[in-house]
Amino acid sequence: MSLRRLVAIVAGMLAVALVATACGGGGGGDDQSAQTLSIEWGEPENPLIPGNTTEQNGGDVIDALFAGLVKYDVNTGQPSNEVADSITTTDNKTFTIKIKPGWTFHDGTPVTAQSFVDSWNWTALGTNAAQAQSFMEKIDGYDEVSTEAPTAQTMRGLRVVDPQTFTVTLKQPFTIFPLTLGYSAYYPLPQKFFTDRAGFEAAPVGNGEFRFESRTPNQNLTLVRNDQYAGSVKPQVQRLEFRVYSELQTSYDDVVSGNLDHVRAIPSAALAGNRWKTDLGAGARQKEGLVTDSLGFPLYDPRFANPVLRKAISMAIDRQTIVNQIFGGVYTPATGYATSAAEGYVPNQCGEACTFNPQRAQQLLAQAGGFQGPLTLTANSDGGHDPYMQAVANSIRQTLGIDARYQPVPSFSEQRRLANSQQFTGLFRNGWQGDYPDIETFLTQLYRTNASSNDYGYSNPAVDAALSQADQAPTVQAADQGYAAAERLVLNDMPNIPLWSRPVIYGNGSRVAEAEHNPLNRQDTTTYRLNPQG
Amino acid sequence: MGRYTLRRLLQLIPVFLGSTFIVYALVWGLSDDPFAGKCGQRACSPAYIAVMTERYNLDDNIVVQYLKYLGALFTGDFGQTASGTEVADVIANAYPTTIKLAIVALVIEAVIGILAGIVSGLRGRGFVDSLVLVSTLFLISLPVFVTGLVLKQVLGVELGIIRTSVPNDPSIADLIVPGFVLGSLSMAYVARLTRTSLIENTRADYVRTAVAKGLSRRRVVGVHMLRNSLIAVVTFLGTDLGALMGGAIVTEGVFNIRGIGGLVFKGILQQDTATVVGIVVLLVIVYLIANLVVDLLYAVLDPRIRYD
Amino acid sequence: MTEPLLAARPADTEPEPEPDAAEVSGLWTDAWRQLRRRPLFWVASVIILVLLVMAFFPSLFTSIDPRATDLAGSGSEPGPDAIFGRDLQGHDVFARAVYGAGPTLAVGVLATLGTVLVGALAGLLGGFRGGWQDSLLSRFAEIFAGLPFVLGGIVILTTFNPPGQPVPESRLIFQVVTTITVLSWPIAMRIMRAATITAKQQDYVKAARALGAGPLRIVFRHILPNTLAPVLVYATIQLGAFIGAEATLSFLGIGLKDPVVSWGVMIAESQDRVAQIPHAILFPAGFLVVTVLAFVMLGDAVRDALDPRGR
Repeated sequence: MSLRRLVAIVAGMLAVALVATACGGGGGGDDQSAQTLSIEWGEPENPLIPGNTTEQNGGDVIDALFAGLVKYDVNTGQPSNEVADSITTTDNKTFTIKIKPGWTFHDGTPVTAQSFVDSWNWTALGTNAAQAQSFMEKIDGYDEVSTEAPTAQTMRGLRVVDPQTFTVTLKQPFTIFPLTLGYSAYYPLPQKFFTDRAGFEAAPVGNGEFRFESRTPNQNLTLVRNDQYAGSVKPQVQRLEFRVYSELQTSYDDVVSGNLDHVRAIPSAALAGNRWKTDLGAGARQKEGLVTDSLGFPLYDPRFANPVLRKAISMAIDRQTIVNQIFGGVYTPATGYATSAAEGYVPNQCGEACTFNPQRAQQLLAQAGGFQGPLTLTANSDGGHDPYMQAVANSIRQTLGIDARYQPVPSFSEQRRLANSQQFTGLFRNGWQGDYPDIETFLTQLYRTNASSNDYGYSNPAVDAALSQADQAPTVQAADQGYAAAERLVLNDMPNIPLWSRPVIYGNGSRVAEAEHNPLNRQDTTTYRLNPQG
Repeated sequence: MGRYTLRRLLQLIPVFLGSTFIVYALVWGLSDDPFAGKCGQRACSPAYIAVMTERYNLDDNIVVQYLKYLGALFTGDFGQTASGTEVADVIANAYPTTIKLAIVALVIEAVIGILAGIVSGLRGRGFVDSLVLVSTLFLISLPVFVTGLVLKQVLGVELGIIRTSVPNDPSIADLIVPGFVLGSLSMAYVARLTRTSLIENTRADYVRTAVAKGLSRRRVVGVHMLRNSLIAVVTFLGTDLGALMGGAIVTEGVFNIRGIGGLVFKGILQQDTATVVGIVVLLVIVYLIANLVVDLLYAVLDPRIRYD
Repeated sequence: MTEPLLAARPADTEPEPEPDAAEVSGLWTDAWRQLRRRPLFWVASVIILVLLVMAFFPSLFTSIDPRATDLAGSGSEPGPDAIFGRDLQGHDVFARAVYGAGPTLAVGVLATLGTVLVGALAGLLGGFRGGWQDSLLSRFAEIFAGLPFVLGGIVILTTFNPPGQPVPESRLIFQVVTTITVLSWPIAMRIMRAATITAKQQDYVKAARALGAGPLRIVFRHILPNTLAPVLVYATIQLGAFIGAEATLSFLGIGLKDPVVSWGVMIAESQDRVAQIPHAILFPAGFLVVTVLAFVMLGDAVRDALDPRGR
């Protein structure tokens, strides 16, 4: 065979392969894309079922597909009744929930009290292995249904009174319960879910402002406007496309250059020097949110037993300079565990202990007897935490003169494995996103003895008592004051160093008239509008 | 050669079993808590762990688990991802894109690399040679993410010549810049390799003979020298095609190409075993076939090589 | 414009050394004699020597602590305060680049050596022996080659290190080198194997065999010198690529980490700010270019010296 023939054959083979793979390519209809608002997205971690979704990607689609009993205001985060007509209680333990007539699922079936009760019972049942199971834990009868081998199939605390009314009985009074009900775990489920599970997972049926249209795994998911939507604010844009991206930077570049309409976060490189505001103009959006970063201590390690040492380390972190240099000054240095968008927030709870003060930090370190050996700081490398973790380690090292080192682990799973098995040997990074806009969301799950996200191994009976007392307070105001008192108690022990709060920041492209997130950093898709076509 | 091919095809079986078993065992063996991180900022409930252990046969011995997986695989069942989509669907969506990108990258690296190698190899040490050397070295020394980010920033964001991301179902034109980025390291290697082989071969006896015989330079270079110089280059290109078919984590990420590399990467970090093993099964087959084709090509390129 | 150019080429671009009057005292001594006369060799050697001094005695080049940061001066341009400027964390880029030379070279050189030695030995054996030994080795290599680099890297580097705990520098470098070697040798093997198969078919090898030369003599005397060219090209280029691979491992959080610094780590850390702080990438990348260039030139010179047809 001559060389020329060989080259021809190889080239021919490559050409055939290219043509074969190129088949099916080509853009979609242009009319359709003119009516479609595209949103940066990632593959959800679980099937799209409200009770089985606790992460952001799945949650964003679930929020557009479903409507809950209460809805959080897009600007203030204040809850107001949506599907619920009224939520009433006399003892903060049994709640009577009436739902509005006229709500339907996308398949035409009505939304009834049973839709909510069935949904919550499904989520709580142990054998369903639902992600949001623990959101049901306050309901009476949860303990019997939630185990691997449940002794009951439904919770006795849920009772359907009539098609429009059901009652919820909790194990103990929980005053702020109604304002937690906007979380996606409490959304209703249609009958179709229970009769045709596979069909539902392939094409979810909700009661929200958008209907499911299509999904290509690892590429995109589209929703169309639900013209039968019963909510007070109607959706406007015809279609939403959730487009899967691997890198936030790429999606940001796409918004800047007009290939994408909405990016749900801003890469920190674009925050530097306020570049994102130049790039996006009026499309650069920012509001106070419920996300905090902090550094936890492994209290099971005796080297960290002394709260004075823990405060010394906290005071050695120059939060303001880190925020300015790494996050373009957009984040807010923390002065406590809660954020200002939460109901019941009290400023400056932490006081001196969260303020950068090199002299005082050195004094406290000396008072605590110093620290031996390298101090490690750990975070997962796949979450974009490296730059600020390094800066924090440098700040501690240079202020206190101890050998602080950032030692990342490759993945979030690895980070969680260390947390679950209590194997941290130094400070570990903690990110927390509030589930509802109340100060309680920053406390109970994190600092109560044996709470589900208490990775520190922290236990203080006084804190537990203060939290329980606040849970049972007669009014929401009284409850919030009780939580704030508990927050001060925790901060005094400093099991977890508050770093800063992250505002809700997102970007809109030039085609977008409006597309807003609420302070919980959930997209309010009823606000989504495109500019009229010129 | 027919018997040789047959024997090689038979040898695929143990290699296939060996590598998929290793990958299966590694992904599940990565940590003693395979469900850490699956439940957000808290430990998974015992009920969740019980259900998942049952679903993935984790109570069985690793060999039994693997055999069960393999059994399902042979009935065409690749299993499901953690989010409940069929792994087969995900692969079917992503793989055409990866193949396209791999071929574009291979064509770019082969054409530019061989041409640069020939030019610098025939001219010998001089300006052109140094230029090729330094520019290829520059490409090698800059990691792929830097090349990718810079090209995207300049050509996409600032000049607006290319899109900053590649659409789903990309056309060949969409993939030229990513293909260049992906192929740049290998391009440098192909150029160096071609140049070295050419210089070696100019001194070979048969070239002297051919020149002495009065053959035209074009014929000497084109037929005698290139053909002999290409063996090493073809080996490398074949091996590289196998590697390129495995997807490109960084390039895919920079240009948001929905290919196989990003899937494997995310699957590994999230310990999504079904996805990772499913894809690796496919990649191993592709890689083995690419190697086989390369071995067969030797015999075509160099008549002195005989497989018996 | 055909033959004259081609025929004239060796004369004007590649000064052929005068044949020694003395007895040829063996291939390797001969090569050294050749090498000494090449300016390219000396330039490359001097650069590598400087890099080695930098690797072993970084404090000769800078008195600045590479771990010291001035976050307020983050990203500042090169100037009198810091001659190469500061990176995102406010490190002095020059001091870090100097202290990064050691780990970078250790990883690059050792990983290249490891890969080439393992790969070349396997390739030589497979290509020379052929038959079932070749099949066994080749298939074994394919099992490794099918393994995704990220997966292999995570498995090797997390299995041997309890995560989140400081690991001694030398152990970490050794592990990174092992990881890269284990995952990269199949390619070196295929290249060596291809070269060996070609060389084996050459007339002089057949002749040597017919004359009764033993396999060792054939391999070392005839095959090895003929296979060095592709392997050296591969090795010198891979040196740069392995330093990049080390950067990838660091980027994943499993490679070299604080307080160890390498050029790869510097590049990986600065990548998302390449538009804002370009000097934090350009300087380590520049060091890398010069280093790779030096090794490529050295490789070229050695190859030329060893090529039996070059004389």
